Amino acid sequence: MRNLILRRLALGLVTMWVVSLLVFASTEVLPGDVAESILGKDAPDEVIAAMRERLGLNRPAYVRYWDWLSGLLVGDLGVSLGSGRPIAELIDDRLWNTVRLASVTAIIAVPLAVILGLVSAMKAGTLMDRSISIGTLCMISLPEFFVAALLVYIFAVKLRWLPALPSVNPNSSIWESLTSMALPIMTLTFAVLAHMARMTRNAVINVLSSAYIEMALLKGVHNWRIILFHAFPNALSPIINVIALNLAYLVAGVVIVETAFSYPGLARLMVDGVATRDIPMIQACGMIFCATYVSLNLLADILSILTNPRLRTQN
Amino acid sequence: MTASPEGSKETSERDNLRPTPTAWIAIFIIVFWVLVAVFAPILAPFSHSEMISFESFAVVEESAFLGTDYLGRDVLSRIIFGARMTLGLALIATIISFTTGIVLGFVAAISPGWVDQVLSRTVDAIMAFPSIMLALIIIGGVGTSLPVVILTVALIDATRVFRLSRALALDASVMDYVSVARARGEDVGWIMLHEILPNTMTPLAAEFGIRYTFAILFISSLSFLGLGVQPPVADWGVMVKENLQGLLFGAPAALLPAACIGTISVAVNLLVDWFLHRSSTMIPEELMG
Repeated sequence: MRNLILRRLALGLVTMWVVSLLVFASTEVLPGDVAESILGKDAPDEVIAAMRERLGLNRPAYVRYWDWLSGLLVGDLGVSLGSGRPIAELIDDRLWNTVRLASVTAIIAVPLAVILGLVSAMKAGTLMDRSISIGTLCMISLPEFFVAALLVYIFAVKLRWLPALPSVNPNSSIWESLTSMALPIMTLTFAVLAHMARMTRNAVINVLSSAYIEMALLKGVHNWRIILFHAFPNALSPIINVIALNLAYLVAGVVIVETAFSYPGLARLMVDGVATRDIPMIQACGMIFCATYVSLNLLADILSILTNPRLRTQN
Repeated sequence: MTASPEGSKETSERDNLRPTPTAWIAIFIIVFWVLVAVFAPILAPFSHSEMISFESFAVVEESAFLGTDYLGRDVLSRIIFGARMTLGLALIATIISFTTGIVLGFVAAISPGWVDQVLSRTVDAIMAFPSIMLALIIIGGVGTSLPVVILTVALIDATRVFRLSRALALDASVMDYVSVARARGEDVGWIMLHEILPNTMTPLAAEFGIRYTFAILFISSLSFLGLGVQPPVADWGVMVKENLQGLLFGAPAALLPAACIGTISVAVNLLVDWFLHRSSTMIPEELMG
């Protein structure tokens, strides 16, 4: 088992390296370099050349890649082109805001999704199962910004229960900051809940159709006992996998939600960076998001190795 | 793909082919939007950029019944023209991703090992990115324009189509009819077109629907972020972005275009669901997710 996990970790590192290579390549090698995008296309050639010199763009790409990567590893993310300030400084607060948004969402969405999935797997084929199925299908099909706009319209404009724009004031109480973040959290929960519930349902139904469950049924074991003691432990591995994979959806959801609610998080910093073509900023934020995504996928793989007895006891 | 007696297969297929009520609703919605998109210039009372009133977010005399947007343009006309943009762009992106994805997937499946390795590992690398991040990074690097947006979405979609069509072609390529064709001396292109493609059509058709909704959602999300279609062009994602601040004054201007995206993507998903259900025997289970 240890070998399997080590191999998976090594593969994760390689993936991370390839990702860093692609992030660097797609923002550096494509036409129009940083100097040109700062000064505009009409700037005189000498000015652009001087700017290239100053930014060190005259050095070959692999040298710059190495500088960038080694800086990244020690937490030096470079300097923002937009504001001229170190990116690490700009990211600091933003990163925590995003982590907070994502983790509160995960705490709410994961149990809810697993329960919905379990219920609809148990009641498979009934009206309840079909309504959950159609409901989650609709949730998957709706764009996140529609959910965001609708929730703002209902809860902030019509009912006036919740603020439309979240305020992140460090002095406010936990309750205050939770209510102010309620709408972004709800939107994000919608975005990840449906996939998770559907995949949990499929995982449990797969297990329920196996022979030992039929055996338990024929023995006369009670329904709930079958679910909790026979099916659930075996469905755990696929469910954990589903959860980790879907937490990765948070990365995508967060981009839309932060923009829709003007939430001061990392994703908005990145979207602003893309709009102003602040390339070092895009690289830094992109790497943080991609590294999170790759790590979550890696975590899913390792957990499913650990929860699968056949893989766990393998040498 | 299971061999069954001709007669029983025909009757069961005829039963299964009949769309369920949900499928009918889905078909109706899709046909409706296609007609709207095709006949947009005839249907729309105004052009997409004409300012018909100085009043924002108001149902004024001149406007059609949905009122005006933040610049005093007619919301109904913009939704009608938006259908063209949103559905058309997504269709172009999906067609590009399908042709490249299927061709490369089939090539990978029946070519010597190293070709498959190169293609598959490249696709793995692209899929290691969350799709929205890949799009942001590419657009950040090259700047945004319609071709860039379409090609980015097509690239992201093509990786998924590649995986599916490669797996399907691998399944099909060990079938007797492929061996027979090879023994006959048919070349690789002929086998792909005449033997493998017809036998992988059903799951690929379902995948087309899934990828199409993905493209619609993705392009409008990019537009919503301000990185896709640029104003003043009417696109449903752009319309939501433009009018979001006016939610308090004129909800329809922001909510309706978003709801339109919802209807078309729910409809396509329901249709795909029905389609997969009816032909579930033909699709390997691991590909259904």
